[in-house]
Formats: sequence, C-alpha cells, structure tokens
Amino acid sequence: MATDTAPRPLFPEEETRGRDIYRTALGRLFRRRSAMVGLAILTTLVLTAIFAPLIAPYNPEQVLIGVEDVKRRQAPCIHLLGCPKDQPQHILGIDGNVRDEFSRIIYGSRYSLMIGFTTVGFAIVIGSVLGAIAGFVGGWIDNAIMRVMDVLLAFPALLLAIAIVAVLGPGLVNALIAIGVVSIPAYARVMRASVLATKENDYVMAARSLGASSIRVLIRSVLPNAITPLIVQGTLGIATAILDAAALSFLGLGAQPPTPEWGSMLGTERNQVFTAPHLVFFPGLAIMLTVLGFNLLGDGLRDALDPRLAEKGVVPK
Amino acid sequence: MFRYIIRRLIYAIPVLVGILVVVFVLARLIPGDPCTAILGEKATPEACARLNQQLGLDKPITTQFVIYLERFIQGDFGNSIRFSRPVSLILVERLPTTIELTMFALIIAVAVGIPAGVISAVRHNSTVDVVTMIGANIGVSMPVFWLGLMLAYLFAIVLKDTPFWLPPSGRLSAGISAVPFFEVWGLNVQPDSTGFKFLEFIANLYVLNSILTQNWALLWDTIKHLILPAVALSTIPMSIIARMTRSSLLETLGQDYIRTARGKGVPERLVVMRHGLKNALLPVITIIGLQLGALLGGAVLTETIFGLSGVGRILYEAITARDYPIIQAFTFIIAAGYVLINLLVDISYTFLDPRVRLQ
Repeated sequence: MATDTAPRPLFPEEETRGRDIYRTALGRLFRRRSAMVGLAILTTLVLTAIFAPLIAPYNPEQVLIGVEDVKRRQAPCIHLLGCPKDQPQHILGIDGNVRDEFSRIIYGSRYSLMIGFTTVGFAIVIGSVLGAIAGFVGGWIDNAIMRVMDVLLAFPALLLAIAIVAVLGPGLVNALIAIGVVSIPAYARVMRASVLATKENDYVMAARSLGASSIRVLIRSVLPNAITPLIVQGTLGIATAILDAAALSFLGLGAQPPTPEWGSMLGTERNQVFTAPHLVFFPGLAIMLTVLGFNLLGDGLRDALDPRLAEKGVVPK
Repeated sequence: MFRYIIRRLIYAIPVLVGILVVVFVLARLIPGDPCTAILGEKATPEACARLNQQLGLDKPITTQFVIYLERFIQGDFGNSIRFSRPVSLILVERLPTTIELTMFALIIAVAVGIPAGVISAVRHNSTVDVVTMIGANIGVSMPVFWLGLMLAYLFAIVLKDTPFWLPPSGRLSAGISAVPFFEVWGLNVQPDSTGFKFLEFIANLYVLNSILTQNWALLWDTIKHLILPAVALSTIPMSIIARMTRSSLLETLGQDYIRTARGKGVPERLVVMRHGLKNALLPVITIIGLQLGALLGGAVLTETIFGLSGVGRILYEAITARDYPIIQAFTFIIAAGYVLINLLVDISYTFLDPRVRLQ
C-alpha cells in the first residue's frame, strides 16, 4: 500500500529511493510494539464490524420481552463463570430496553468506524483543498482562508460542534458534519505548510518552466509531499473524531436511540450507573479501546515516517 | 516587549470581531424561534409579535447586530431570554464554577504530567518509562464522560463507608452554604453595582472565598466535591503533557551543552532540572495553552455528569432553548479567553528562552 502513495518521480532513480523510504518506514512501524498493539486492536475492530451478524447472538434492536425470561438491566450472565445453566446467557447483561448488551456493542463497532472514516475523510478533502489554495495562491486569499481557520480554532472543538448540531438539528449525520467542519482547520494548516515548503523547490520551478499548469504542478509535485503528514494527522484525527462523536451522542445530540452507537448507549443509561454499572462500563470501554487503537497506530506512523525522531532515541523501541 | 504585546492585542481584534460575527450568525441560524421557546408551543402570533418587538428581534438582522455590538462594547450583554435576568449576573454566577473546575484540573494535569514526563525521560526505556507511556496512551484515549461516571461509581458507591468516599455531584454538601467573604468582612456594597458583581464573582470561587473567610470546613467540602470532576477532566491534558515533557526533555538531554554540563561535573539532578527541563519546557507550555480549549469542551461533559451548573452546562442548555444573549456572551467569553491565553503563552516564551525575540 505504501508504494502506491509514494511520490511520482521525475527521474527513474528517484523511484527506487522513494520506495526505499516507505519500505524502511514500514519496517520501522512493524518493529514498534505499541503500533502493533494499535494495529491488532483495529484489525479486531474491523473484523468485528464486518462479521457482526455472525458474532452477535441477538439482533441489536430486538426487545427480548416475551422471548426470554430476562429482566431490565439484568447483570451479565456467563455460564462459564457460574451463572445457572437454565438462564439464558448474556455475557454483557441486558440493557434498559431489555436488549442484549453484547450484541449492541458488537454492532456499535460499525458506527464507530463509519464515524471515524467519514468525518476525517470529509475534513481531509475540504481542508486540503482550502490549504492548497491558500498556500499556492497566497496573498489576500491565503489571508482570508487562514483567518477563517483561526476563528474556527478559537472555539473549543466540542463546543463549536455542539453549536453546529444545534443549528442543523440533533442526529447522527448532522453530528458527523459538525465534527467534520470542526476538524477542517487542522488539515488546512498541514496542507498549506506542505505547499509552502514545496513550492520553492527547484523541481517545482522546473515543472512550471516546462509549462505545467498550476493544477498539474499541485497534483504531481506538491501533493505527494503533503500526503505523509496528512496520513499521520488523519489517523490521529480519527481518534479525536470518534471521541467527539461519542460525546455528542452522549449529550443526546448525535446518534439517536435505538441505534446501537456506543456514546448514545452510554448516555441513555448514565443515570443508572449506580444500579447497573455494566451498561455504562462496557460501551465506554469499547470507545476507549477503539480510540486507543487509532492513537497507537497514528503515533507509530508518525515516528516511522519521521526518522529524525527514531535516530535521536526519542522513540522507545 | 511592550510594543509586541500591544501589537498582538491589536491583531487579536479582527479575530475577536470574527468570533462575534460567527457567534451572532450561528445563534440566529439555530432553527425555531425564541418566542415558542419562552411562551410555549401554543403562543399566538400577536403575542409573539409583541415579544419580538420587546426583545428587538423584529428589526433587520444587521440593525440587531449593530445594536448588539454597541451594547457589547459598553459591557452590556443584554438580558437572558429564558431567565429574564441580565446575562452579566448569570456570568458572575456560572463562570466561577467552570474556572475553579478547569484550574483545578489544569493544576492536577501539570503537577502529575510534568514529573511523570521527566521521570520517563530520565529513565527512558526502563519499566517506569514503559508503564508511564502506556498510562499516557490510555489517558489520551479516555472518554471524559465515561471516566467521570466510573469514578463516581467507584468513589461514591463501591468505597461508601470508607474514608475514601467522595461526593458524586454538586459543589457543596447539603446544609453547607458559602457566605460571601464581603458579607463576613462587613463590607457595605450596593447590590447590582459593577463592584458588587466583581465581589460576587470572587465570592463564587468557593476555594478562594473559603480561604478569604478562613472557613476551613467549607474549603475541605469544596475540595472534596472538586476532586472527582477535576481528575476526570484532567486525564487527557495530563497524558498529553506527560508525553510532550518526555519527548522534549529527551531531545534536550541529547544536546551538546548537556554533555558539557555533565563533563564539568554538574550534579545530574541539576543537569536534568536546570539545564535540561528549563530548555525543554517551551513546547510543553505551548501544549498546556492549547489544552485549555479541550478543558473547556470537556467541562460541558464533566459538568453534566457531576451536576455542576457551570458555563458548559448553561451554554448547552441555552443552545437548546435558543437563548441568544447567553449563547453570544458565553461563547464570546470562552473564545476570547482562549485567544488571550495563547497570547500569554507566546509572551511566556521570552521568559523561558531569551533567544526568542518577539517582534
């Protein structure tokens, strides 16, 4: 995968060098234990999301009243841990609407991944277009775009997201838009910095003097250099996006019940934390592990792609 | 230096005006109108028209903005639509709760984060380092609302009847009330005057108020109520500060002047603290400044969980009730505070590193 994103070379010998850089980076990534833990968590998460119907013993929205002899907010019942065999097994217990908590958590992984990738995808596309325009064109356009970004950054992200959801109305899609908008400035800044750093290079001058159009120069010469920081920022950004989306759902502004989304599951049961702590503990644990996975992988990618850090011994082995 | 500060303040004006515009427009874009929010769904059009006229909401939006701006510059934030009280009074009541909470959280984050980072860097690749960094990684991934609820469950239910019990909600225990220090001191202030608002603001910082009145029982009660929300709120900044301190100090300890210091026989303790840490703090300070925004966002969640009526909570409620004056004033205060803190961070660079010339 790494070789696909390698910069397109102007000279053949650059190609091998480009490949080498990504190969050593990948090697460095695989040698980092924490990054591998992150990758393992995320692989499990992706597999869970794909095979959710096979893993989950129940339909996540199925109310079990009349189907089984279970009570609201019943504590977990695991046969292996001594729960009587004549009782139906619910390893994470029953939620406030008499549904199987485990099945809901399993299906929640789909929402979590979807939230992470769509918001960051949206923010990367808009942010890098804005950043590229700002860096490439310069002048008052640059100033205007970046001042708007400054204003966006002057608000605490979660508060701004709450305000945007209030404008658009509560709901999962609107929460995703809000979080996407709030994350735009980060990518715009990364992209602008990359453009500014690359713009003055000789090979860009060369491409220009050969008559390449601005857009062509941007896509062929500037963009490949910006991809590395964007990947790193994006991976870490997914972690933040999932946390913020969960927080919005927790406040009742994001995914609405009965959607099995972790933040919303936690939010609807938060007043029961003293009587049914399992209904708060497990969704939160799921959010934490997912975010941890993206954070570990993101850190690993950053360190692997920035050999300067590894050489100085800043990065633990 | 002085000229730099003045110039930075002038540069901040367009950003602040931008914030004002954004807040004003955003507040107006929130669907639904304040009339039904105040008078209820069954309000007649005539009653609504009268109310809108009363509130000045029937004028064109540009006129509304000009009036708003004029009053704003005079420090008049208008009246809350929902509570029919001056927003400035509500600010005086609510802002101290959040300031106390975020400051307490920030103190915990710095007091734990920096030493943890230093130990990690000094003994790097040791077990201590690995454990600290695992902790920091888990910390940055922590959903604040989940940690808050789990802490409340642990300390209020599981540890009930032990000395470690901590209250899960509120600012003070039932039956305890905070008497403002100016009343204890017998100061005679005119209610509703600016001076009164200022004194009231100070008095609502319960920790400060209880110290000023030397009421130690009240101080202890306040702190007991602050511990859980502040710890929950501090986790993410604490982890980020620890990681930043570690990597920055490691980089500094690899410099030539550190080798020189060691070579001339400076005790290791001084090498790390004076030569290393002092130079490594620059990026750490930047990160601390940036974390304040995250703290204010997290305050909405922590205040919700721990039943604190602070800025975050009231802002959330105001947005759902379309209480424009409150939304505008509180968002502006938060954003302006954020801009100001970043300025302070930039200025602090010159004290930490004389090589940084501000121009």
